[in-house]
Amino acid sequence: MERFARLADTFFDLEVMRRAFADLLTEGLVNTIYISASAMLFGLAGGLVFALMAISRRWWIRLPARAYVDLFRGLPAILVILLVGLGLPTAGIRPFGRYTPAYAILALSIIAAAYITEILRAGIQSVEKGQMEAARSLGMTYLQAMWLVIVPQGVRRVLPPLTNEFIILTKDSSLLFVLGLSLGERELYRIGQQVASRTGNYSAVMLAGLFYLLITIPLTRLVNYMDTRMREGKPGAGEEEPLELDPSASVPGGRR
Amino acid sequence: MAPRVALRGLRKSFGNLEVLRGIDLEVAEGEVICVLGPSGSGKSTMLRCINFLEEPTAGSVEIDGIDPSAKGVNIDRLRQRVGMVFQQFNLFPHKTALANITLPLRRVKKLSRREAVEVAQARLADVGLANKANARPIQLSGGQQQRVAIARALALEPDVLLFDEVTSALDPELVKDVLDVMKRLASGGMTMVVVTHEMGFAREAADRVVFMDEGVIVEEAPPRELFERPRSQRLRDFLDQVL
Repeated sequence: MERFARLADTFFDLEVMRRAFADLLTEGLVNTIYISASAMLFGLAGGLVFALMAISRRWWIRLPARAYVDLFRGLPAILVILLVGLGLPTAGIRPFGRYTPAYAILALSIIAAAYITEILRAGIQSVEKGQMEAARSLGMTYLQAMWLVIVPQGVRRVLPPLTNEFIILTKDSSLLFVLGLSLGERELYRIGQQVASRTGNYSAVMLAGLFYLLITIPLTRLVNYMDTRMREGKPGAGEEEPLELDPSASVPGGRR
Repeated sequence: MAPRVALRGLRKSFGNLEVLRGIDLEVAEGEVICVLGPSGSGKSTMLRCINFLEEPTAGSVEIDGIDPSAKGVNIDRLRQRVGMVFQQFNLFPHKTALANITLPLRRVKKLSRREAVEVAQARLADVGLANKANARPIQLSGGQQQRVAIARALALEPDVLLFDEVTSALDPELVKDVLDVMKRLASGGMTMVVVTHEMGFAREAADRVVFMDEGVIVEEAPPRELFERPRSQRLRDFLDQVL
């Protein structure tokens, strides 16, 4: 019984949770979403550029994209975060001054872009060859055809793995604690961890976990929903035609 | 006046396979040419070369006397003069029928939204689909999709229109509507190169029929002459099989 009470105290101390609640909600959750969403946007932009490079017919355009993807998919996220977030400013490269969240976003964007490159490449390559030929035969340039015809279709097909990438990014943002984000800039995990190291009580970390689930579980459901809709070929999932393949299965970017 | 299309000594290889082995063909303005031949004879490859979807291995393709490999020629601009309709329609599935037509008008011809919509609606009316402007390709039958594809190509006012087995993927009952549209275009003076298995269409609409086999043009003649007095054994064999 005593053991149970101690368990409950360590993880479910409502008083500790109550005191951490405001910080977690107004600072942690806001920053976690702000950092992850920003990194997702920059990751999409970077990923699109690298994906287009990766399908080029010229090897010297493909090569940098391949190298980038290999490098940043191959390295542990926390290593990239430390090198970019602390290493760069220490070396005197401070494009964002002392605003640590910007370095945090940059680090996560670099990682996200590597995974998103592979997702978008798979999506773009799944679009029938005839679409490009039709667009070109209508006088569009290669880039016009890509941007107006191929990419919109390709992206729709990989919405599930893209959403999945956002879920992973949200969770990976917890690794930013190594940057020592200061008051007002802290994300969920950092706040919980600080309470834990100060009090020896893990209830605030549990509550932080709850906030993560608040973001990730609905998104996971959304992924499953989109997957099912696409498999059944119903319109409204962003795709008018049934897919023969489950795109998430063919995407080599999946992790964890 | 330069012919609309001129192929001179056109050769095309894919790896070790030589698909076109020296094609010479001129298409005059307003002329309708039907291209027949067994599968693998190089008909489609020839058509794709005219639209620069394939690069010739040797020889040249000229549109209105312009050689795309010449200095200072913009191939995207030259391609605007050549419309193409595909076997698989290749409509953009994420766009409505109308938007399929307005997209190139706005982005390539740089028309305003209003002008583009006007032209698109007129062309949809031409192919009898004015009431399908807001339908997505998936909501249209194969025949309707193909007619939208024809309208889309027409909207850019090409100098020559290429048809690559455009009825081969259609259910038999849908073929007629598409052929009717093509016949109307032919009699309206459009310059057309039509790769087809529709002998009836070739007989009725073509000014000249070209028979290809194994990468060369074996015979070319007005349809009546070609169908009724084939000179080569290869054409006789082919006609025996398809008629």
